Amino acid sequence: MFSGFMVNAWTVASIVAVVAGLVGFFAVLRGSAFVAHAVPNGSFAGAAGASLIGINTLVGLGAFSLLGAFGIGFLGRRGRHDVVTALALVLMLGLGSLFLSFSGEYAPQVYSLLFGEVLGISSNQVAPTAALALICVVAIVLLYRPLMLSSVLGEVGEARGVSSFRMELCFLAVVALLATMTVPVVGTTLIFSLMIGAPAAARSFTDRPLIAIALSVAIALITVWSAIAASYETNYPVGFFVGAISALAYALGRGWAAWRQRRHTGARPAFGASTPTAALPS
Amino acid sequence: MIVSVGGQLLGAALAPVIESGFFSSEAVQVSVAIGAVVAIVSGAVGMFTVMRGQSFAGEALGDIGTTGGSAAYLGGIGPLWGIVAIDIVAAAVMELIGIQRPRGRDLATGIVLGAFLGLAALLLYLNTTFHHATGAVNTILFGSVFTVAHSQIPAIAALSVAALAIVALLYRPLLLSSMSAEIAAARGIPVRFIGAAYLLAMALAVALASMTIGTILSTALLIGPAATALRLTRRPGVAIAVAAMLGVGAMWLGVLLAYDSFYWPPKGNGWPVSFFVVTLIFLAYLLSGLPALLSVRARARSA
Repeated sequence: MFSGFMVNAWTVASIVAVVAGLVGFFAVLRGSAFVAHAVPNGSFAGAAGASLIGINTLVGLGAFSLLGAFGIGFLGRRGRHDVVTALALVLMLGLGSLFLSFSGEYAPQVYSLLFGEVLGISSNQVAPTAALALICVVAIVLLYRPLMLSSVLGEVGEARGVSSFRMELCFLAVVALLATMTVPVVGTTLIFSLMIGAPAAARSFTDRPLIAIALSVAIALITVWSAIAASYETNYPVGFFVGAISALAYALGRGWAAWRQRRHTGARPAFGASTPTAALPS
Repeated sequence: MIVSVGGQLLGAALAPVIESGFFSSEAVQVSVAIGAVVAIVSGAVGMFTVMRGQSFAGEALGDIGTTGGSAAYLGGIGPLWGIVAIDIVAAAVMELIGIQRPRGRDLATGIVLGAFLGLAALLLYLNTTFHHATGAVNTILFGSVFTVAHSQIPAIAALSVAALAIVALLYRPLLLSSMSAEIAAARGIPVRFIGAAYLLAMALAVALASMTIGTILSTALLIGPAATALRLTRRPGVAIAVAAMLGVGAMWLGVLLAYDSFYWPPKGNGWPVSFFVVTLIFLAYLLSGLPALLSVRARARSA
């Protein structure tokens, strides 16, 4: 399980998990789950387009995910954010289906872009992944304070000279980089589950940001490691295990938060008691 | 009937750009009729999706339909019921784990989407293992309006009627609770029940759209025309009508352009309908933002 070609899988998956746990924490904090889904998913069109004109697919992925991310950022200023994200995603997917129709050559690779072929990662994919991962991590470290401020208290940030719009663009650029780095190696499904499941679970266990980030990275690592081991044993796709384990982690986090709340208040809170309509039949 | 009259009018108006045989092609007739039905249902349901800020859930249900499609394929039954069943289940889970709370909504949608896509990966893997059907992935993911079978038409009609009936029956309370949940609750409207019922309507509409015209177009038709219409008018009834018209227009023009594109380069290989429809919808959305943008600019200049 740890020999030969598997070394690449373990290395790349660990790198991806660290970055996904880190960037995903901010995605969850900012309520940007939709963007975290749309940018990696739409960027596949770039890969299909690049293979059509015969350039490196990484370049196509990068160009498309950056274009998509900035498109969402700029259009989101005037329109509803979720609407703009949905429209940008379908436009990218529409272009992708156009590129696929021009050249069927790329079609077999669609499955691996969506669901990943972690066990088939080659040695020459490790270096670009590590380089892009490093850029993502450095960007988040440099942006840490303003990004945290504008994610949690946007108005306070504005008052202190941190432009919410500029922070949004920076964050979207990091998501685009993450997509470029991860889509060719692990696929869009896996990266999305990791970016949402691990941080969401981590935030249920602690309110302190740095501990939550560390926990988020740890959960992401445990998720991919156990998913690869399970996939190696059963031959089932890694994406399935990552999706299932992420959902399980989230459920555990929610359970923990509910248990802690019950102990704090001393009484069992009625389900959905926070809304005035809870008493009505549903 | 109405469709064929509309088609003839459209044909007369656009005679120079329509390639011969467009209206006599059975595939075109079916896709023009089904495209119109799906666009109308999506427009009516989609207006509430946009108002309620549930675009992500709408998009996610389209993707999750893939899981149902592959499960049905594996079980050897038609994809239709697989997609409908899985979308209803997914919508119920989203509702249970908190889609009705604005803070946790995107997260709940994301968790459900991630888990179901993982399941799709497994089912597609099993499909390729047991059925050696490698092409199944792309068929399930991208769909094509030109491949709708006649036998599906009764089911399509039933789903459309069910989705529209829910929206029509709940119209006023749904509208009020979509505009302001607090005011609706204060007036004694069961906001949570309305939200759950609406999610069911959305699941039916998205299932209908994703199995007939593919997941890309299902999201495009649900969100795009409704968002455009809501930028053009503030009256909900008018917005639904405008959204339905925009959706039908984009769909028909898209089918026409895709038909024409068989004669475009690269030869003998038509461009996909989804590309045209999505582009038209996106352009309409951009154009609808223009008046507001210009008036802001003008005000800034005069100030």
